[in-house]
Amino acid sequence: MVRVEFLGPIQKEPLELDIKNLNELAEVLKSDNEMQKWLENSAVAVNDMLVSSRDIELREGDRVAILPPVCGG
Amino acid sequence: MPSILKEWYEQEANSNYGAYIPFVGTVRDEDDIEGLSFDIYEPILNSWFKAWQARAKEKGAVIKMAHSKGDVMLHESSYIAAVFSPKRRVALEFIDEFVEDFKASAPIWKYDLKNGKRVYALDRSTALEGSGILK
Repeated sequence: MVRVEFLGPIQKEPLELDIKNLNELAEVLKSDNEMQKWLENSAVAVNDMLVSSRDIELREGDRVAILPPVCGG
Repeated sequence: MPSILKEWYEQEANSNYGAYIPFVGTVRDEDDIEGLSFDIYEPILNSWFKAWQARAKEKGAVIKMAHSKGDVMLHESSYIAAVFSPKRRVALEFIDEFVEDFKASAPIWKYDLKNGKRVYALDRSTALEGSGILK
């Protein structure tokens, strides 16, 4: 299973998903009404490393984080 | 003055740096807010900061940073950063680059505190590089 966490203002509990890559994650999240508005402006980290493409395979135990727009300071 | 500025000054008192340039971000009274509130994702913040520490080291400098978690009320500081370097020019340029990248890249989320509630400051926030790959 892959654990998916939603950071900051995305008010959503973590998911445990049986997915093999980020394309499959995109399909799951696109079908989730509360997530649709966040997909356009959120970044993705796999095991705490930001990724720049969907071309990432996921393995058992991987952690994915969804990061909406930031504003520190 | 935030006590951490004095702590940092004392930490480097004998390091032979000629310049110490701090940046202090303070919560302003505007838009009827009671304060600001912050969420931080530390694993990615820490790796981002380590990369900046390495860049500072290459220039013979040291970068330090502190940021609040949770609520920060009006006129309190939420963010403090500082550069120490042998000469002023490196520190002046470095603090500018560092603070700008911090605003764009640090995984921190800001909320206005209004009527005791947290309101996400989406209009002042910046999408991280690579955002939108799942849309």
